[in-house]
Amino acid sequence: MIESTCVPLNVENIDTDQIIPARFLKATTREGFGENLFRDWRFDENDKPFDDFVLNNPQYSGTILIAGKNFGCGSSREHAAWSLSDYGFKVVVSSFFADIFKSNALNNFILPVQVDEIFLSKIFKAVEKNSSVVAKVDLKNQLFEIAEFNLETSFEINPYKKECLLNGYSDLDYLLSKKDEIKAHEERRMLNLV
Amino acid sequence: MIGRMSKTLFEKIWEKHVVESKKGYPDVLYIDRHYIHEVTSPQAFEGLRKRKLKVRRPNQTIATADHNVPTLNQHLPIKEKLSRFQVETLQHNCAEFGIELFDLGHEKQGIVHVIGPELGLTLPGMTIVCGDSHTSTHGAFGTIAFGIGTSQVEQVFATQCLLQYKPKTMKIEINGDLGKGVVSKDIILYIISKISSSGATGYFVEYTGSVIRSLTMEARMTICNMSIEMGARGGLIAPDEITFDYLKKTDHAPKDDDWINALKEWKLLKTDKNADFDKEYVFDASEIEPMITYGTNPGMGVGVSQFIPKRVINSTALDMEKALDYMGLQVNQRIQGIKIDYVFIGSCTNSRIEDLRMVADFVKGKKKANDINVWIVPGSKKVEKQAIAEGLDVIFKEAGFELRQPGCSACLAMNEDKVPAGKYCVSTSNRNFEGRQGPGSRTFLVSPLTAAAAAVTGEITDVREMI
Repeated sequence: MIESTCVPLNVENIDTDQIIPARFLKATTREGFGENLFRDWRFDENDKPFDDFVLNNPQYSGTILIAGKNFGCGSSREHAAWSLSDYGFKVVVSSFFADIFKSNALNNFILPVQVDEIFLSKIFKAVEKNSSVVAKVDLKNQLFEIAEFNLETSFEINPYKKECLLNGYSDLDYLLSKKDEIKAHEERRMLNLV
Repeated sequence: MIGRMSKTLFEKIWEKHVVESKKGYPDVLYIDRHYIHEVTSPQAFEGLRKRKLKVRRPNQTIATADHNVPTLNQHLPIKEKLSRFQVETLQHNCAEFGIELFDLGHEKQGIVHVIGPELGLTLPGMTIVCGDSHTSTHGAFGTIAFGIGTSQVEQVFATQCLLQYKPKTMKIEINGDLGKGVVSKDIILYIISKISSSGATGYFVEYTGSVIRSLTMEARMTICNMSIEMGARGGLIAPDEITFDYLKKTDHAPKDDDWINALKEWKLLKTDKNADFDKEYVFDASEIEPMITYGTNPGMGVGVSQFIPKRVINSTALDMEKALDYMGLQVNQRIQGIKIDYVFIGSCTNSRIEDLRMVADFVKGKKKANDINVWIVPGSKKVEKQAIAEGLDVIFKEAGFELRQPGCSACLAMNEDKVPAGKYCVSTSNRNFEGRQGPGSRTFLVSPLTAAAAAVTGEITDVREMI
């Protein structure tokens, strides 16, 4: 269960180049990407913050990012998920997510919450009205709620991934447990049986 | 397993690679070929070390340095410290885990999606992944090929498998006759402009129709390459004689009896007559003009003779306003005649020998406009060598085009090849996102032919008026 204020970023088609520009992908570790999250929207060429960008607005903070539809399109860089997580986001709410981003997010225990477009616009309005309003994300019951504005909706997540998130399991753990099946498949392939 | 009688090519390849399919769980999918590069692999190798794991099938993995390499003076050490460190890290990792590396300076080095096919490492019927979204390129050979994140790169290293939900299937059929000056890049930019940059999310595409069948492998790769730009996991084309002819000449394709046996299997790789797709589109090739994008996602594209529209499918007025503001353009503005500053011919979309030949054919005896920088970055050492053998380098030099050395270059501007803020670049790459070609850069996506025309006139030009 996550309870937090929200950071609204009402822009559609946010691609992973905006989340973390390519010139910051030169690191060989997973740490420290939060510093450059939304770099070119956050800072000008002299590293001076843009006052009108939401991450620079002291009114907004929290672990829930609310974003326009088709969030995370473009490049498959997992650095996008690492930078969101390193900055402190645990949940991204949007009306539509790009496939690869969604999978990268889940592999980094960031929960993508997909809601319908009308509901999304209601969230934006609520947060605009009251920037300190608290949203509740209940993964177990698959519910997103902003009680103060009577906003509540359920969201989808596939049961396997839900199990992973709730228990801290990774896909790699699951795949490593399938060693025998993988070996059998390779043997069948060698004999041209599949 | 009881399946439907008629199956799509995608379903046939998928089923052959399912290690385990369990209700409520994603399929365990076996991966035949894993390509890696310096940017999205270091953290995956580090993960293996932490868990004391090995690469399960090092001989199914191929590495190259492409994203972060300079395109000038490749014989010298890389100047930029972080880039050099990343490339060196790839060298150490490949040595430690026993993976073949086509490193900077190697005769087989190049953009990962250019070298895989040209070396015959990408073969029909395979499952192929790489930590790069343009892995969809390899679908041109009748493969299931898609981009993955670094955690998944680690999973493939350790197990040669991925956990995947089967995507929905989409058929895109293109029939009719292509007009003068219209090439494969225009076809895919047209399709994306009709379907939008998110219209194929959740789908795997099969491209069919008489136009697709008539295209060369290079042209088919350009189309499959940009499948991700409409959100698709990947896009494939059933292999045919054109595919087999291309592969026969490659270094790593099967030889002798192995070739004959492989060919028998490959000829079965097609969608059954009555197979169902979840979604189908049919387009008429004669309606396609040379295309150009004007906005900040690849769905914002129109014919080069058109005006900038008010709205774009699957997007709001606000989105359009933001894009045009960034680009310094207006609704209803005529695109032709806009003055440009840079021309970039390269990237995994359009840097193959055929692309370079197309440009050379057009510019032979012409000169670039004054005050314009034209960069031609070949996709691989092999392409570079071939271009020089054919004398294309001389044609480019006479035209004032700068032929550089292979790499991803200004497609994503990770190296020093950056377009300055506010400048317009006509580019044969695949993404026109804000800042993609350097902070503040403004990109127009086009075909190599339209790029060459712009280089000569110094403005956005309808190439049909020049051929």
